[in-house]
Amino acid sequence: MRYLPLTETDRRQMLATIGVSSVDDLFVDVPPSARLSGPIAGLPHHQGELGVERDLKRLAARNLDAGSVPFFLGAGAYRHHIPASVDTIIQRGEFLTSYTPYQPEIAQGTLQYLFEFQTQVAMITGMPVANASMYDGSTACVEAVAMANRVTRRTKAVLSGGLHPHYAEVVKTHADLSGFTVAAPGPDLAGTEDLASLIDSETSCVVVQNPSVFGHVRDLRPLAAAAHAKGALLVVVVTEVVSLGALTPPGEMGADIVVAEGQSIGVGLNFGGPYVGLFATQEKFVRQMPGRLAGETVDADGKRGWVLTLSTREQHIRREKATSNICTNSGLCALAFTVHMSLLGEAGFTRLAALNHQSACQTADRLAAIPGVEIVPTAFFNEFAVRLPKPAAAVVAALAERRILAGVPASRLWPDDASLANILLVAATETVTDDDVDALATALAEVL
Amino acid sequence: MTQMDRSQGRLARPANDDADTLAPVVTASGHRALLLEEPLIFEQGADGRTGVDLPEPAGRPSRLGGLDRRGAIGLPGLSEPQVVRHFTRLSQKNYGIDSGFFPLGSCTMKHNPRLNEKMARLPGFADLHPLQPPETVQGALALIHELAHWLTTLTGMPAVALSPAAGAHGEFCGMAAIRSALAARGDVRRRVLVPESAHGTNPATAAVLGYEVDPIPATDRGRVDLAAFKAKLGSDVAAVMITNPNTCGLFEDEIQDISRLIHEAGGFFYCDGANFNAIVGRVRPADLGVDCMHINLHKTFSTPHGGGGPGSGPVVLSAALAPYAPLPMVVMEQGQYRLVETAEGDAAASFGRLKAFHGQMGMFVRALAYMKSHGADGLRQVASDAVLNANYILARLKGDITASFEGPTMHEALFDDRFLKDTGVSTLDFAKALIDEGFHPMTMYFPLVVHGAMLIEPTETESKQSIDQFCDTMLSLARRAKEGDAASFQAAPRLTPRRRLDETQAARKPVLRWTQPALPKAAE
Amino acid sequence: MLKFSKDHEWIRVDGSVGTVGITAYAQSQLGDVVFVEVPAAGKALQAGQDAAVVESVKAASDVYSPVDGTVIEGNGALSDTPELVNEDPMGEGWFFRISISNPGQLGALMDEEAYAAYLEELG
Repeated sequence: MRYLPLTETDRRQMLATIGVSSVDDLFVDVPPSARLSGPIAGLPHHQGELGVERDLKRLAARNLDAGSVPFFLGAGAYRHHIPASVDTIIQRGEFLTSYTPYQPEIAQGTLQYLFEFQTQVAMITGMPVANASMYDGSTACVEAVAMANRVTRRTKAVLSGGLHPHYAEVVKTHADLSGFTVAAPGPDLAGTEDLASLIDSETSCVVVQNPSVFGHVRDLRPLAAAAHAKGALLVVVVTEVVSLGALTPPGEMGADIVVAEGQSIGVGLNFGGPYVGLFATQEKFVRQMPGRLAGETVDADGKRGWVLTLSTREQHIRREKATSNICTNSGLCALAFTVHMSLLGEAGFTRLAALNHQSACQTADRLAAIPGVEIVPTAFFNEFAVRLPKPAAAVVAALAERRILAGVPASRLWPDDASLANILLVAATETVTDDDVDALATALAEVL
Repeated sequence: MTQMDRSQGRLARPANDDADTLAPVVTASGHRALLLEEPLIFEQGADGRTGVDLPEPAGRPSRLGGLDRRGAIGLPGLSEPQVVRHFTRLSQKNYGIDSGFFPLGSCTMKHNPRLNEKMARLPGFADLHPLQPPETVQGALALIHELAHWLTTLTGMPAVALSPAAGAHGEFCGMAAIRSALAARGDVRRRVLVPESAHGTNPATAAVLGYEVDPIPATDRGRVDLAAFKAKLGSDVAAVMITNPNTCGLFEDEIQDISRLIHEAGGFFYCDGANFNAIVGRVRPADLGVDCMHINLHKTFSTPHGGGGPGSGPVVLSAALAPYAPLPMVVMEQGQYRLVETAEGDAAASFGRLKAFHGQMGMFVRALAYMKSHGADGLRQVASDAVLNANYILARLKGDITASFEGPTMHEALFDDRFLKDTGVSTLDFAKALIDEGFHPMTMYFPLVVHGAMLIEPTETESKQSIDQFCDTMLSLARRAKEGDAASFQAAPRLTPRRRLDETQAARKPVLRWTQPALPKAAE
Repeated sequence: MLKFSKDHEWIRVDGSVGTVGITAYAQSQLGDVVFVEVPAAGKALQAGQDAAVVESVKAASDVYSPVDGTVIEGNGALSDTPELVNEDPMGEGWFFRISISNPGQLGALMDEEAYAAYLEELG
């Protein structure tokens, strides 16, 4: 077995040193009725690399990968080009096979990039501080609500109808189980909802996504003012982090907490995970934040270095009084984000955002020219809802048969809402070519 | 002899200088050969430089509703070679399993096979969108289904929830299922029993779900005190959360009594499966009476820890809890795999969604590649070798380093600081001295049930040679400590890129991001 | 009058007003104090109730009120200079002042001598 270094001779010598005759003697504390005498039935035996690779490639071949077809899906996960150096760096064993940096003297590499990550996240969101990442955008969102509940000592969260419904469901799951309440108006397709009227003296936070799941880009300043007037916090959710290269950052619009899905930068689609959650807030809330934080300090020789800090917030010290039960971050994905963002820099990040917006505008114009097709938002970034003359799910299925992945039918996200049956969510990133747009527009016109 | 002058007087072997007479090396650059100093990326940027080549946008009018970003973000501009060098240098300041022995107890730092990495990067897995039509991702759904089969077969449990993103997230999932099952029978219970030796995530999770945490003491054998447990049982106890093997590395030998008693009291048995690697293939948790258990794929099934994530924490569930499992779930119907995304049919009682999409697919591919590589026979050998290695360390060290409990132990061996009494050396100092010796330290000060804990977990992927070298080093350090060499321990580590860091300063005046330093005043 | 609790709080009583802090022993057990959260003025406390939080790098502890009463003020200086708790635990490092509503409770606390004996017992 290629991963097991012990030889039979080693095992015999080691058993002799221990003073037992067989490994079974080391399992004497297991109740006899629970001891298995041999390999578990119903599972195959070991295989070499070749065999495993053959098995898994067979499964992979049964999938239609995004890069092989015209591709227009978004709704919380986006396909972008990832520079080759990102993957080579995250595969370095010193990063890939290291642990949480609890021994800072031999983990300065991890700690320094986490500090760089925190700085990048703070910069793009326009917020003073950010943590060292969360599992993904949706779990960061529920942690933001829990934090707002702690800060305000209130228990009602108002969720925008433009929030990704999966994010809203995650928040509702936690609300039911952890004992807070949620006020959520229906899906806000038109982008005209009035959330201010739902904010009352029990409201801990208003959670709003920008751009919204339907693509609307909105000025959040009036909502921030309305929330603050009632003592509630404004939580801004960003599922497409590339938009921050083109849009006024949430920090400039009055956000108290910004959470984002960072997958677009450095992390592939991966069929939904692992991704990387971003979490940024105001300085005054730092001690109420969930998750790990890297901080700057000096060593015994006075040299600058980094450590994990403010850990008394966390479960391994606070136990049942911790700010969250969270124990890991999304370290390697945060590294991929940091490397990709370092490669982009100011010029690259803003240009990437501009190219995404351009692709979306181009795609929207082509689709709008098809009779019966209507683009819903007037202001959008790289994603927009489209109203079709017939149910979107059937259209998507018909286009998939022609090897075009056309978007996400709203019925996939809101299966119970018949009013959204004809709505299709379309995203166009920098990876979309003119030919892709042609293919989509032509095929769509044919199937309608 | 024309070749002769080509050496220009160079020596081909080191000069026999007496190094002791030389002053410590101070370099002009601050670098020390392969130990390279590296500033932050923010200190290396230049305007207009970038590490990507993107076409110029066509200059269409923007449709951002007037919310165009104004003003600079502040991101530094670097070229690709600068970025690659920066992160390569950072990597060289890190210790990983690839670098050496990493006996961090309770964390299971085993070898991460590269085949797994290669498989996870196949475009047929890595380049799939979670919301693609199910007909276009049948292979991915099949993989999830197959992973579920492995996990349920290895644990003997009927169902598994795959969406939790990490172990603690899995704990939330399992405890949420318990809470939902109790609620479904109209049974409101208030308390959760958690042993003192538990991971901090256990009480934190119970508290997040609104439960009162009631600690159970440990016996002097390092196990749950059955009498104390019995005394705390009652009709208001929702669950007991037990790690088995426990955080002292010991198998809870009265586990079947514990599960019987909690069930008789109408509660559930949550098993923290963080240490499943010790028993995989040799014991099925179902045979211990477990109702649910999370499995850290990054521990037992060797997906990489990556400097602190991403993890993956599937939860196996008993028949009583399976109906409450989170959405989405993969089912097979008429030869096609389907994702159940709403509370309908068999999923009608689901407690809801835990995470935006289906789970950590990238980790599923790696874990399945690992399982297929080992097979049922190899996984059994994994547990056997992990336990053999830990007991070997216990046998080699216990004469000089105080073992906290009698063996046999399972996958890790627990020592405490009694052997350092009156030496002036603490567990922390001892761990830091180990760093200078080229090893990653063991887990320190956890579990809390012994003083100055040192928890050593070798895993099955360590050779006898490397374990022997580690044991020799431990014994030599113990000797030095007892001989009164405290000052050198307290100064350790001395050979690392940074020496001990001032954590007090970091916490008193937190600096959590880089900021542009104020411009220096112009010279007079 | 100076009294001590078993949880290592001290209270210095002047008329109906008590000043509360943690003892030299408590701060030495915690190590370098990095953060202190004191109660707001006006907060009503009962004896034994969580009143403040004190944190070192690796530990967080609740500080309990030794008596019933209403908080007059918290020590604002501790937010910027938590090290006062280490440097002068019985003086500048005080946590809060409380208006004592039930002076009878003071009798149940230890005097200086009893507290010293108690520490001796702890070893």
